[in-house]
Amino acid sequence: MKTFVTPKFKVNRDEDRCIQCQVCVNQCSFGANYYDAEENKVKSREELCTGCHRCEAFCPTNAIRVTYNPLDYRGNYNWRPDIIEDITKQSETGGVLLTGMGDDKSQRIYWDHIVLNASQVTNPSIDPLREPMELTTYLGQKPERLELEPGTHNLKTKMTPQVKLDVPVMFSAMSYGAVSLNVQESLARAAKEMGTLWNTGEGGLHPSLYKYGDNTIVQVASGRFGVHADYLDAAKIIEIKIGQGAKPGIGGHLPGEKVSADVSLTRMIPEGTDAISPAPQHDIYSIEDLAQLIYALKEATNYTKPVSVKIAAVHNAAAIASGIVRGGADIVVIDGLRGATGAAPKVIRDNVGIPIELALASVDSRLRQEGIRHRASLVASGGIRSSGDVAKAIALGADAVYIGTAALISLGCHVCQQCHTGKCAWGICTTDLRLTKRINPEIGARRAANLLRSWSIELKDILGGLGVNALESLRGNRLHLRGIGLSDTELEILGIRMAGN
Amino acid sequence: MTTMSETIIKIDSTGVYYRDLNARLREAITNGATKIELQNVYGQRYIGTDLNQPVEIEIFGTPGNDLGAFMNGPRIIIHGSAQDGCGNTMNEGEIIVHGRAGDTVGLSARGGKIYIRGDVGYRAGIHMKEYQGKKPIIVIGGTAQDFLGEYMAGGTIILLGLKLKDGQDHLSRYVGTGMHGGVIYVRGNIPKYHLGREVGVAKLNEKDNAVLKEHVTVFSGLFGFNADDILKSNFIKLYPRWLRPYGRLYAY
Repeated sequence: MKTFVTPKFKVNRDEDRCIQCQVCVNQCSFGANYYDAEENKVKSREELCTGCHRCEAFCPTNAIRVTYNPLDYRGNYNWRPDIIEDITKQSETGGVLLTGMGDDKSQRIYWDHIVLNASQVTNPSIDPLREPMELTTYLGQKPERLELEPGTHNLKTKMTPQVKLDVPVMFSAMSYGAVSLNVQESLARAAKEMGTLWNTGEGGLHPSLYKYGDNTIVQVASGRFGVHADYLDAAKIIEIKIGQGAKPGIGGHLPGEKVSADVSLTRMIPEGTDAISPAPQHDIYSIEDLAQLIYALKEATNYTKPVSVKIAAVHNAAAIASGIVRGGADIVVIDGLRGATGAAPKVIRDNVGIPIELALASVDSRLRQEGIRHRASLVASGGIRSSGDVAKAIALGADAVYIGTAALISLGCHVCQQCHTGKCAWGICTTDLRLTKRINPEIGARRAANLLRSWSIELKDILGGLGVNALESLRGNRLHLRGIGLSDTELEILGIRMAGN
Repeated sequence: MTTMSETIIKIDSTGVYYRDLNARLREAITNGATKIELQNVYGQRYIGTDLNQPVEIEIFGTPGNDLGAFMNGPRIIIHGSAQDGCGNTMNEGEIIVHGRAGDTVGLSARGGKIYIRGDVGYRAGIHMKEYQGKKPIIVIGGTAQDFLGEYMAGGTIILLGLKLKDGQDHLSRYVGTGMHGGVIYVRGNIPKYHLGREVGVAKLNEKDNAVLKEHVTVFSGLFGFNADDILKSNFIKLYPRWLRPYGRLYAY
């Protein structure tokens, strides 16, 4: 069937600069560039271009510019080009539209409507370059009160396991299979270097990564792939994945083509078979059932590790989070509307769930109202883009955040949203060995660690400006925030005042 | 009360909280116990979880949910019935139930063997897998409730229906919904309209019969049945019609 979808991008080649070296041909995993031997000329098939800019970055003579193909349809606010394109694709295939990364639609990004405070005159700001600044964060259940042994002053209260983070930013769950092993190793090494954690996702832990166990969160999700005793023992934290912001209520299908020998080894399923994660966990139909799995995992690891529960931010997130905390979770992760994915139906990604800012604020408020906020740490994720977002999330009540897309961008990702194709030209979201070697774990680790380093310096600057010397003083302190351009209801849910007030 | 004779340990579980009971199990096994008898078990959860040694645990009474969850090695014999989640994500080991078992028996199990004399609840063998040398097996003496073998990705389920009357069908509905691996052998019949659309029905071939005979013999030995009598009956084989049930679901 002839496709009616017009190319989205143009590959503009400056013929004066192009030396026909074919670097662009070799770099493009989507087949958008090719060499015509007869004419000794490099050409493009623009309909295959995804706008990932790999060729542009690697062209030695700067001859390529990838631009939007100006699709000058008759202007229509309702029937926009992307909507026409989606319908066309569906008519040609009869299938569900898949996509990668997070929601790219124009729902309000609340981070951009929240501003932070700083000290002026009445209280001094602190210079983080000369004074100690504390970002240390402990994840885990906190006791109601601390009791000391009389005389020795040793701690009498029996503490549940706590996990120390030097930076309150962790790498969120990305499974081996969705991303390559080199990506996981880059993140694992960076996490180790920076004193934070990375997350295996639901895809098992490759034998070569067990050595990063102290910086590893392992996931237990509905498919239970790769979950066995050694896997649980290796981890610092065990995370039960109920849902993810990009696809709340939806399971996952890792297509058989992506289940290579090595992926099969970590997922513990035969090579080439589909890895199907059902939508629900079939032993969890209620909070009581969730509690049962939480304690099964605690039993399985003899109460030595915190158990985390990750849910997508949905309408009743606050009530659900309360149940999760009462069910015995040590950490609750809320993943917002903009949370990303290796593959999800587009209609779900862009239409289901609520923004993380609102979910986080309402969950934190609810847990405080119920007097159980100390019983679990709160982790926010889904669309955290900068240290500014981190600071605002922490002021709204998060103990720490997860970053996924930002971490991948640090490795080279250009957010072209083709993760679901498995052809990532940047070698990130693929298991094709020809492509995965494009990420060198040593360089990848350096880039990801650099990102965390710069964010932590910036966080210290923000804290210093606020006149506090520990992240703990900002945590849940919404008086440091003000809203801009928000309605009364939005301000009320966020628990912040209007700027100027 | 704990009594010890050589390496056999007897624990009276009356009124013992599950966390303490499991701590005691761990301690006993660390001290070299190879056989443990738990008496008066009343619903304590997670028995056998976190035990990685080839120890034998005999349970008298009714253990609670998630018996042998994530288990990796032990052999558990229950003189009574098991509740929900028995053998949840099991990797290796054996569970023998002299009564019946609740819902989601062998959920996501990757290895090990589960023998149940009586009936099972909903979603038995759901998302069971297999991997390399590991191939989980569930033999059910009675019949099963709905969604038997849902999402099944590997392993073997044998449903014997020993208590069904002559000519009576199994009552389980939606059998093998989403099945994309493994095999289910059924003694007697499940009407076609009770099968998931991913499920195919076939007669057993020689290889199937050999597998069936092996496991039915073990099952009969455990519970005192005559294997030959059971094997004389008619069996059907349920298999996944496609290994990639959702391969054509997506546009791109």
